[in-house]
Amino acid sequence: MRVAVAQFPGSNCDADTLRAVTRAGADGYYVWHREASLQGADAVVLPGGFAYGDYLRAGAIARFSPVMAAVRELAESGGPVLGICNGFQILCEAGLLPGALMRNAGLTFVSRPVQVRVEATDTPFTLAYEAGAIIEMPVAHGEGRYVAPADVISALEHQRQVVLRYVGGNPNGSMNDIAGVTNGGRNVVGIMPHPERAADAALGHGLGAKFFESVVQNLALSRGGVR
Amino acid sequence: MPRATLLDPQGQAVEHALTALGFERVAGVRVGRSLLLAMDRPNRAAAEHDARAMCQRLLANPVTEDFTVAVREVP
Repeated sequence: MRVAVAQFPGSNCDADTLRAVTRAGADGYYVWHREASLQGADAVVLPGGFAYGDYLRAGAIARFSPVMAAVRELAESGGPVLGICNGFQILCEAGLLPGALMRNAGLTFVSRPVQVRVEATDTPFTLAYEAGAIIEMPVAHGEGRYVAPADVISALEHQRQVVLRYVGGNPNGSMNDIAGVTNGGRNVVGIMPHPERAADAALGHGLGAKFFESVVQNLALSRGGVR
Repeated sequence: MPRATLLDPQGQAVEHALTALGFERVAGVRVGRSLLLAMDRPNRAAAEHDARAMCQRLLANPVTEDFTVAVREVP
């Protein structure tokens, strides 16, 4: 199963993400943002970083990169799409996920481990977790405050589209302590914490690896003829 | 400009600083951004139309920001 890691000018978690994808058992490879094709990807990950220097707004310019048309096509066909940190910001700017990510309420760049609860396990990236599991992953962002209009937040909660929620402290002032969301089709997921930085026992523990193991499992299942 | 309903921590920080400097009559501060676009269009309406389209497509995020457009003619 082929999992593309999109690279934008300013991506800086691409190598860690590719390694985590590959270790999970996928055939992982990079796709440069100028490419119009994902080269037959079954799933795609938009990694963290500062695409286009976060100029204008984080993700605002990256969303118009040629590769994003292919990402949108994959998303609309039901394929798994994961955005991590800057990737989450890009997916929101592109309208593939609801809401937006604003300057942290504390105005500081926050780089530290946080605890999050896995609120939804029926997405391609969280199915290997137990519902309600609390895991620790690092965050590293200046613009991670998730916001959306009140009716959108309400709908996200009712439709269980909140995938991760901060527990034991909200690092950025996100509405409803939201750390990650999915779309209505539940195939596009965006999260602020970095599972690829918690995907190896050498980094303390490997609890983030399940994001990547999940999508490998999901793709193996869909090869059984579901998709 | 950030939506009025959204927390604007930058605006709050600036307001606190102004208060500390003795400018105590400030009742609220919000921090946004302004972009200066130079364009060659036949008239003001055309320039405003184009600038609005740019705001809707790229320059503003409709989830978090409101925008206004002002046109100034230069010779």
